[in-house]
Amino acid sequence: MMSTLQQHAPALLIAIPLFAAFSMPLVGKNPGFRKMWTIVLMTLTSLTGLMLACSVFRDGSIVYVFGAADASQALAEGSGFPIRIMFTIDAMSALMTIIIAILAFAVTLYSLAADGGHSGLEGFYSLLFLMVAGALGMVNTGDLFNFFVFLEVASLSGAALAAFRIDKGVAVEAGLKYALISGLGGLSVLVAIGLLYSQYNALNIAELAARIQFTRLDMIAFVLLAVPLAMKCGAVPMHFWTPDTYAAAPSSVTAFLVVTSQASLYALFRICFTLFGDPAAINIAVFGWFIVALGVLSMFVGVTMAIPQKDVKRLMAYHAISQTGYMLLGVGVGLAVLGNAKALGDYGMTSMSGGLFHIINHAIYKGLLFLTAGAVFYRIGTRNLNRMGGLGHTMPVTMICFIAGALAIAGIPPFNGFASKLLIYESVFAFNPFIAIVAMLVSILTLASFVKVFHSMFMGPRQPDHGEVREAPRPMVIGMALLAVLVILFGLIPTAVVESIIRPAAEALLDRAGYIATVLGGP
Amino acid sequence: MNGGSVIIAHAPLFAVAVIFLLGLSILFFKRNLIKILMGITLIEAAINLFLVSTGYRMDAIAPIFTNAPEGAVMALPTVQALTLTSIVIGVASSAMMLSFVMLIYRHYKTTNVNRIRGMKG
Amino acid sequence: MRMTKVVRTVADLLYPFCMIFGLYVVAHGHLTPGGGFQGGAVIATATALLIAAHRYDDVSARVKSARMKVFESVGLLGFLILGFSAIILGQPAFRNWMLSRGSLFNDSVAFGVNPGALTTGGLMPLMNLAVGLEVLGALTIITLYMLSGTKEDPS
Repeated sequence: MMSTLQQHAPALLIAIPLFAAFSMPLVGKNPGFRKMWTIVLMTLTSLTGLMLACSVFRDGSIVYVFGAADASQALAEGSGFPIRIMFTIDAMSALMTIIIAILAFAVTLYSLAADGGHSGLEGFYSLLFLMVAGALGMVNTGDLFNFFVFLEVASLSGAALAAFRIDKGVAVEAGLKYALISGLGGLSVLVAIGLLYSQYNALNIAELAARIQFTRLDMIAFVLLAVPLAMKCGAVPMHFWTPDTYAAAPSSVTAFLVVTSQASLYALFRICFTLFGDPAAINIAVFGWFIVALGVLSMFVGVTMAIPQKDVKRLMAYHAISQTGYMLLGVGVGLAVLGNAKALGDYGMTSMSGGLFHIINHAIYKGLLFLTAGAVFYRIGTRNLNRMGGLGHTMPVTMICFIAGALAIAGIPPFNGFASKLLIYESVFAFNPFIAIVAMLVSILTLASFVKVFHSMFMGPRQPDHGEVREAPRPMVIGMALLAVLVILFGLIPTAVVESIIRPAAEALLDRAGYIATVLGGP
Repeated sequence: MNGGSVIIAHAPLFAVAVIFLLGLSILFFKRNLIKILMGITLIEAAINLFLVSTGYRMDAIAPIFTNAPEGAVMALPTVQALTLTSIVIGVASSAMMLSFVMLIYRHYKTTNVNRIRGMKG
Repeated sequence: MRMTKVVRTVADLLYPFCMIFGLYVVAHGHLTPGGGFQGGAVIATATALLIAAHRYDDVSARVKSARMKVFESVGLLGFLILGFSAIILGQPAFRNWMLSRGSLFNDSVAFGVNPGALTTGGLMPLMNLAVGLEVLGALTIITLYMLSGTKEDPS
């Protein structure tokens, strides 16, 4: 029984959240039962994800072919090439699965308390589960068209969730904006898929990577894939949707949107490294510099836009853009030196580990920060920083969680943000000292910005109009505390985390031939 | 291939370009949300047409066995499957966006983007 | 707004035919072009026809959106369970395990040119049915919601 579960974990990873999403409208009328159903199925999803990731880190990449006689038989009978939809799960996908599993669980706990007062909640949780299924599918699929489908599932449910509080005009506008942007982005991805398919008659990522000829059409396809994905993860100059959508959506939804944007980031890296990352055939440094330039721009523009914001969630959204820049920078440096084995060994590998480590750290502390902002909003009903103050007296746990998140995002030891930023600084310094200095400067500005937020939210005397404010409800506190503990834990044992999950993921991303061989068989 | 047949062979791509440009120009020059959505739908139609036209094979027929002629060559319908999927996704997304526009109309009593500015980017 | 009696009567007469045609497309999804989505869409169009001919309120009393929601969920769940049912038998998800089981729908497809038999395809016809149910529910809800703007003000 256990081995059956283990073997079918990739299918269950999608099946459980989809089952939850589809059954929610039928069983979710009763609030008590709905809560239980949500928490049970989300726990199952997260456990499946963690179990799958563990088995990948232990035994190597997994291929799961839907509809085949045998799940590991990637090549269709008698044809010799992969024709069925499959999940190809290497260490990189496993890392993303872990991130999504942890975040989804913590945010769901929080959401059960925070969003309890609204109507139509069975639809809300349906969409939440759909979004989780979409994100999990995006990071695990081995098929380009299947990726497009999961991307659209995540985008559509994300847009509907962003507009969830439909009594407010602004929320609907945010939802429409997100839907329009991701709709156009999805169409661009679809054109790229069409271009690749019409040349190589394949949709499987590994098969395409093995056949690709790097023609001019392929370069167009690369741009059509990379630009919308960079847009979905909020990189400057395609960032304009991020602050609106992040600020207008309910906080739990914002945390989930952070997760889907990380999934888009994963896809961007997968396309750069696995599909196009052949240093023998093309000048890979150009691709690398493209990503590095996006990263530096996002870092700098994000933080400078964040400083003057008055709305705490808009401010955090701009910081999310800025932090995404660090990930793009770290991994972009790795891509830029992909053709140079010595540079790759000297600092490229460290830089990639830093970038990937920052993805998991960012997901955790950014999720935490959005949740604390949501907790404050839940109690006092405003997101305007000028109308807050003195909340440290009444919401101590929220304040501690906020401090952990704020110090982590500013890169102060011993929190997790420091661990990954240190890896990025020292390796990027070897690559290009100027960029490293910009990265440190951005970190200092981030700290300054969060000191301001901390001061205006929690410090000062008790405000008379927030007199009867109490600590946030218990499930919200548990959700936030879970993430805060992870922030500190990852900051205290960074080496163990890097060695056990980050470095294998970075190696998997670099190992293009290995990914192809997983699907197509040995060389 | 002589000049005439080149044009005929690429006719779907010309249609794709025309429909795509129409959609794009609507997107840029119209201020009404409903028209913007129409523009997106046109772009989507152009892309679906592009996908289907990449699946065309000379003298092959659709792989439907029911009452198929004897000895015909059948084309692999992958792109048709892709197009159907993308049509379904397109229906879902345009239905959702239209409902958003309805809600926006109820809230602001207009569908002109210049007059809906609850927020600034 | 209400159309004339002639239009209303013809719409009422056409309604069952639209439904039958939709169900036909769903049921023959594994043999002919079409399938669950297309058939479901045809059935949902029948509701739009009714609304065009009658008043919105009359139709929304007849076609209940609560029931359509149930259709939608049941269809989706049915598809999911059929798709992942292969796991229980130890086979990969979406494996068409019914084909070799000697039960319903397991006739093998005759090779070459043939008029087609409904009892082929294994899980396929059942999945088409589930998708048809889902799509007719979902699209009917969308139609009802979109056309709720035609509701006449009581004032």
